[in-house]
Amino acid sequence: MIVARTGNEAMAEAMRQINPDVVAAYPITPATEVVQLFSTFVHDGTVSTQFVPAESEHSAISACVGASSAGARVMTSTSSQGLALMHEILFIAAGLRLPIVICLVNRSLSSPINIHCDHSDSLASRDSGWIQIFTENTQEAYDTTLMAVKIAEKALLPAMVTTDGFIISHGMERVELVGDAEVPKFLGERKAKTSLLDVDNPITLGALDLQDYFFEHKRSEIDAMNHVLPIIDEVQKEFGKKFGRNYNTVDEYKMDDAEVAILAMGSTGGTGKVAVDRLREQGKKVGLIRCRVYRPFPKGAMLKAVSKVKVLGIMDRADTMSTLGGHLYNECRSILYDSEERPIMKNYIYGLGGRDISIEEIEDIYAELFNIQKSGEVDKEIVYYGVRGE
Amino acid sequence: MFPYDKYLRRDKFPHIWCTGCGCGIVLKALLRAIERSKIPKDDVAIVSGIGCSSRTPGYLDFNTLHTTHGRAIAFATGLKLAKRKLKVIVVTGDGDATAIGGNHFIHAARRNLDMTVIIYNNYIYGMTGGQVSPTTPAGKRSTTSPHGNVEPAFDISGLAIAAGAPFVARTTCYHAVQLDKYINKGIMKKGFSVVEVLTPCPTYYARPNRLGNAVEMLEWYKNNSIQIEVARNTSDEEKAGKITIGILHDSDRPEFCDVYSQLSARVREANKE
Repeated sequence: MIVARTGNEAMAEAMRQINPDVVAAYPITPATEVVQLFSTFVHDGTVSTQFVPAESEHSAISACVGASSAGARVMTSTSSQGLALMHEILFIAAGLRLPIVICLVNRSLSSPINIHCDHSDSLASRDSGWIQIFTENTQEAYDTTLMAVKIAEKALLPAMVTTDGFIISHGMERVELVGDAEVPKFLGERKAKTSLLDVDNPITLGALDLQDYFFEHKRSEIDAMNHVLPIIDEVQKEFGKKFGRNYNTVDEYKMDDAEVAILAMGSTGGTGKVAVDRLREQGKKVGLIRCRVYRPFPKGAMLKAVSKVKVLGIMDRADTMSTLGGHLYNECRSILYDSEERPIMKNYIYGLGGRDISIEEIEDIYAELFNIQKSGEVDKEIVYYGVRGE
Repeated sequence: MFPYDKYLRRDKFPHIWCTGCGCGIVLKALLRAIERSKIPKDDVAIVSGIGCSSRTPGYLDFNTLHTTHGRAIAFATGLKLAKRKLKVIVVTGDGDATAIGGNHFIHAARRNLDMTVIIYNNYIYGMTGGQVSPTTPAGKRSTTSPHGNVEPAFDISGLAIAAGAPFVARTTCYHAVQLDKYINKGIMKKGFSVVEVLTPCPTYYARPNRLGNAVEMLEWYKNNSIQIEVARNTSDEEKAGKITIGILHDSDRPEFCDVYSQLSARVREANKE
């Protein structure tokens, strides 16, 4: 079925079709709608979910942890400060290996207070042990929400699927929905190995674990993350085969003969592709790489992609506050350390607090990348693009 | 004409509140209360959290601090302890103060720190689009309880009294004159004072609950509130469903900064010996 949906509506539709056992959430702009729409499905009896309108995000994710420990399929949605307030529990969800899925709408973290898009919120949770998938448009947000449940349950790790606040969350687009009956068939039931509700086989979760075994438990969690990429590949392949839409951990666009490329995440991937098309019409060999799966970092696929070009402009919609630039920039520099041939890289931090990035601006960045290719030199490795006083 | 301009950041207007919203009524009452207190502008700090109510300080020309959701009282606690001469006023909402920030609210009351907390109670989360809040009356509709709220509601003033606040008053946006009087009393009170004001949200609360427009909501407040002095002599049957307004509690107990200062003076004295 083809429908017109905003990102939030599409994620709510995905949640309706998934029909989780428990959803606990707290309102926050611009993610509120996801669960608000979902709550009407609950109240109308369209889904059989237990809905908990919690008193804060901290309580919401805590309720999710409780429900997931009992073996339930659990989802929630939040953004920015909401995710920051969940921070403590994010690590617990991952450490307890609970496959909770968050529909996350990216929004800047305070201060100053802002409700618009950048990636500082999910990137601040980078090391929490959650799988993170950044989507480019409404269709992908919908598809990835469906896939994330399966990925999380196979990996026994929680996952967040992100959309760019307002740009995707509130922008209406054409979306192809999977049939209602197809989703339960695709996902199957969650079969938790252990459950707090299994009174015949009582278990203890979250117990004190000091110098004796903490390290082993943490090591096994890290090892679980090591096994996630093949699971994502497998689920993406299955999804593509069943529903006809194919996804990769790293999305390459017109990269085969590209000389210069931009690497970005989220909706900027879509804007960038339009810029690529325009420049290709002028005969310029440009390409675009989009990091779709950010955690775990798809090292192999990313190395393959970035190694194709001479010059790479890396666009980060957040800063690491380390004086070393943005997240993608640092990850890419790190994975390229052992490579014989490395592209010249320049980091563009852009769009903080929802500052718009236009097709024309991305074309300008490509023009600059060609200049770098010509001179073979970067004057300044990290720039803050589109900010006053630069 | 009351000199509101003296206290306003005119360049921040027009405000963001919906037509018929009660926030503007509270804002003006707050300014009248401050004017009456004769406290110089620079000695007043207004702190807010997140939500419709919490946009108030943005329009006001005092020391203002706009914080995170639920934490206004926690930030204000630090502010007051660091700068005791400041008259600290917190503007917050029912969601901000009794859901996500409920813990800070009861502990500040318990501690009896000298500040005035004005709680705009519109029965829902207005800023995010009318979701169910801890004060949504049972059975009432919101965007996340479309067939009626299944949970019982908090009585904010009752909560404040139980937690130890020495001054607690409740009124509504219909009773605007009474409102500034209570806010002024709260400001002049030494200790943790709470003024709960019922504010109409015609956009998100009135619509799903068919309560009419802003004027009709104000009329509803008028017809469904009962002054505490009258309520005391009214049978439970007669006052059923009515909102008790007035100064609900006024007592005296040691204020936190004073207790703290006395303790530190005592310890210093003892160390000298």
